[in-house]
Amino acid sequence: MLLNQFLILSAVLFGCGIYGVLTRKHTVLVLMSVELMLAAVNINLVAFGAYNGNVAGQVFALFVLTIAAAEVGVGLAIVLLIYRNLRSADLDDVDVMKG
Amino acid sequence: MGFMENAWLVPLIPAVSFVLILLFGKRMPKQGSELGILAVGSSFVLSVGAAIGWINRVNDAESAEGEHALGMVFRAMGRSVGRFSQEEGHAVLPVEPITRSITWLQSGGIKLSAGIQIDGLAVMMMFVVTLISLLVHIYSTEYMRGDRRYTHFFATLSLFTASMLLLVVSDNTLQLLVGWELVGLCSFILIGHWWEDKPNSDAAVKAFLTTRTGDIGLLCGVIMTFFVVQAGTGEGSFNIVALNDSAANAGELGVSHTLLLWTAVGLLAGIIGKSGQFPLHTWLPDAMAGPTPVSALIHAATMVVAGVYLGARVFPVFYEGFSIADGGVNPMALVGGITVIIGALLAFVQDDIKKVLAYSTVSQLGYMVLALGVGAWVAAIFHLFTHAFFKANLFLGAGSVSHSGSHHSFDMKKDMGGLRKYMPQTFWTFMIGTAALAGIPPLAGFWSKDEILVNAGENDFQVFLIVGMVGALLTAAYMTRCIYYTFFGEYRGGDHAHADGAGDELVEHHLAEVQDEHAHAPVAVATHDAHDDHAHAGPHESNWLITGPLWVLSAFSLGIGLLNAPGIEKFTEWFEPRFAFPDLPHAEFSVAWASAAVVTGLIGIGLSYAYYWRGLGPQRLSERNSLARAGKTFLVNKYYLDYLYENVIVAFIKGPLANAAYWFNQHVIDNVLNYTGRGAMTAGHVVYDYIDQKGVDGVVNGIGISTDEAGSAVREIQTGRLQFYAFMLVLALGVFALALWIAA
Repeated sequence: MLLNQFLILSAVLFGCGIYGVLTRKHTVLVLMSVELMLAAVNINLVAFGAYNGNVAGQVFALFVLTIAAAEVGVGLAIVLLIYRNLRSADLDDVDVMKG
Repeated sequence: MGFMENAWLVPLIPAVSFVLILLFGKRMPKQGSELGILAVGSSFVLSVGAAIGWINRVNDAESAEGEHALGMVFRAMGRSVGRFSQEEGHAVLPVEPITRSITWLQSGGIKLSAGIQIDGLAVMMMFVVTLISLLVHIYSTEYMRGDRRYTHFFATLSLFTASMLLLVVSDNTLQLLVGWELVGLCSFILIGHWWEDKPNSDAAVKAFLTTRTGDIGLLCGVIMTFFVVQAGTGEGSFNIVALNDSAANAGELGVSHTLLLWTAVGLLAGIIGKSGQFPLHTWLPDAMAGPTPVSALIHAATMVVAGVYLGARVFPVFYEGFSIADGGVNPMALVGGITVIIGALLAFVQDDIKKVLAYSTVSQLGYMVLALGVGAWVAAIFHLFTHAFFKANLFLGAGSVSHSGSHHSFDMKKDMGGLRKYMPQTFWTFMIGTAALAGIPPLAGFWSKDEILVNAGENDFQVFLIVGMVGALLTAAYMTRCIYYTFFGEYRGGDHAHADGAGDELVEHHLAEVQDEHAHAPVAVATHDAHDDHAHAGPHESNWLITGPLWVLSAFSLGIGLLNAPGIEKFTEWFEPRFAFPDLPHAEFSVAWASAAVVTGLIGIGLSYAYYWRGLGPQRLSERNSLARAGKTFLVNKYYLDYLYENVIVAFIKGPLANAAYWFNQHVIDNVLNYTGRGAMTAGHVVYDYIDQKGVDGVVNGIGISTDEAGSAVREIQTGRLQFYAFMLVLALGVFALALWIAA
């Protein structure tokens, strides 16, 4: 059973995701990077599930997919509202939390 | 046989139709009514199939080898559970109900199931509900024509039918409770169908809350049924067969009598609320604010008898819990007996034809509960069966009168009279319904009422026999009064006054009446008037969509009672439970009692006839005699029960109780607080001067200043840039991971 390869793939994917979240300025691209991170998690779940011969991993992957879909819905709604209020989807413009 | 196993389809079809009407009803050519009729019609066919299946099953059991059937049951249950009494020389063989169930949910070792239990009682109720629902659907296509919420009306009718059938086929008390609350919801929606007018929505809320009061008891009772089964079988469940078995064999199985008694009391509270028994009957007359077809279906024939049905369904609980076999007085019979009399008396002072019928329904429901209370199970259910037909007939008749005869008014004294000539079909069907209700042989009501009376006498409940007789007298009399005001004498409707030229007053009156009685939404009034243009020539007969259902119901009112006439007694044979049921005595038909009941009824009719037609007796007594006036005022105010509930109980909670709580709050709690406060203040001063100012403040100020400076320093990090925060987060995570790695 090849486990390491999957974990490496997942780690790389997760790294890409984090990189995207931290560097991209456009809100939608940040959301997409979050999706990438979730996909990495899914790969981990499925890989470990297969490795242990336990179907629960796949079941949870399905849960993650469902919740990710819901999350994107909410996320896009927030992006839309940000755009409406600020006339911009650039994250640097969102600085109401400035201390 | 397939009809019985698949009886779960019967409630499912109208439920599907409810959804379809809501989704597509407005776009259908007949605005959804055709879907409702189709669904209820299919359910009716399936119900008839199930009823025939059941009757065959009973007949098969009768003709099969007795010992074989007995042995099978013994093996199945491990002990005797059926009725094996020797009656008239032949053994009454047990016939098991057909049950199918699925697991609804499972939690902590307790399994809740959903399923059907098909037996005599269930198929009888399915037949009644689907048949009357079908007729009411057909009737409503004409009666509700042009209504602004026509589609919703039919959707809710479908939902109601589905819920009622769910309640009826249920194999456990929990599912029954679900159906019970659903029919209550539909009743609420339909009473408030014309909710734009305050009285209608008030009536809906009142009906909902009043029945809910009884439902508190019902909920407790249903929960207790679980423990009854647990005590009887070792494993708790809500299953009705197991419940009846545990209750019927309480002695052998060691089920505590106290538990059964309180279960019965709880369930009885539910019956009192739902079936309009004293003292919670006050919602039922107000429920007449709903459209008349709804009154016929829900508040006469089906929903209000759900309470009686519950009583019959788990009858062994009441039988053992209230020790009905011992005779004497028990809560159930007492409640029923009181309701018979007070309902009938109230019917005398009503001007609204629907309210007369509503109080009559209250009174007749009292008969049914009374019959259950005296151990006359068959009589109670037989009366439920016959009453459903003749009371639905009467309500639909009243609807026909208002629809085509009195300009949507239900006021007998102001807007009716003499309609016999204009509406012969409505008149005759109404007469048949009245005769059936008054107990004129050989119509339906005679047989069922007589069976209740003779059983009450036979089972040592002589008091209730007399109550029943008085009730029969009153019933015949108030129905005669109702007929007199509606169909005889001179027509007093609006058109006469038009001709008289009493214009202003009349227009006002007519408007008030529309608001008051029918309470159409303004748009609906306009459309209604539009379609009624042809009718303004005067009162006329309703069309076949209305008279058709009337004649069908009249036919049932005429003939259905013969089903349990002496020598036939098919109703007992087919529908009485023969499984997990106490061995009840059946009183023989007695010519003497039957004649006494008929004579009583005729005296009632005769007295009314003499008073109203011939003008004999003390006319206008209540205007001359103060005692009579007081009595009438007492009745007109409905025994001040509404006053009691609204102005005394609710006001007590709002007024004195709240004031007392306020006083307690102001004087006791506040004083305690004040003195505590004063003491604390003195102590506070000491503490303030010496400890606080000198000791604590120094420390606090020190902390404050350092926090402030630290904050100013850290503030620089709060850039407000999200991605910087995220970066910090990832960084921290990395540090944690590193720490973990090193530690490992």
